[in-house]
Amino acid sequence: MPVRARPTSPHWQIYRWEIGMSLSILHRITGGFLALGLIALSFWFVSLASGPDAYATASSVFGNPLGLLVLVGWTFAFLFHLLNGVRHLVWDSGRGFERAERRGGGWFAIIAAAALTLCVWVWIWRHLP
Amino acid sequence: MSLRSPLGRVLGMGSARDGTAHWWAQRVTAVALVPLTLWFVISLLRLPGLDYDTVHTWASLPSSAFLSSLLVAVLAYHSYLGTIVIVEDYVTSTGLKIVSLLLLRFAYVLCGGACIFAILRVAFGSSSL
Repeated sequence: MPVRARPTSPHWQIYRWEIGMSLSILHRITGGFLALGLIALSFWFVSLASGPDAYATASSVFGNPLGLLVLVGWTFAFLFHLLNGVRHLVWDSGRGFERAERRGGGWFAIIAAAALTLCVWVWIWRHLP
Repeated sequence: MSLRSPLGRVLGMGSARDGTAHWWAQRVTAVALVPLTLWFVISLLRLPGLDYDTVHTWASLPSSAFLSSLLVAVLAYHSYLGTIVIVEDYVTSTGLKIVSLLLLRFAYVLCGGACIFAILRVAFGSSSL
């Protein structure tokens, strides 16, 4: 029997762009990035259990400009993954598939995540020395 | 008329051969993480500072230690479920895939275990590591 190539779906670039396409891959990227955050969380908890000197070292790692930049990234990744994750849970319940709901929810997730990231860091800047 | 074989319908496992267990665990942990992550982030943001004494006192509270341990356990499991799908999707070589999945599993148990050990160590007032 001749071996025939299996049918494949058209390449994604064929389709007209829609917000959901970008948010789908962004959900995975933020998830992967947050997985790295688990290493940082372990480092932070272990340093807290190791005493004031180790905690001071951890604070200086997180407090330097590069550390802060990564923390801002994790804040946005967490908030977006949270909001977009709730959208996924709504879809799992069989709701929210209308075009307006899909697009509106998508734009809401990305804009709200960005706005809340800003709020969190303004709060940190104003309240936490 | 169903095109599925009677045996396939009874087993209900689909082509992945493990049914919906992975998918369902991902959703259950996602739902649990909504309150747990928000509690963690808001608790830290509401502290008067993030210095060693303040954070150590907060982490020593039974409620903090209990919820932090739950957070880390559920977070590690949810993250593990998500990361293995990324590996399964993008790593095509079978050998490399198996090795990556094994290493990921060890890494998650290591990170999660270290976090929980550190949290309990702070909570039960053991001497610094």
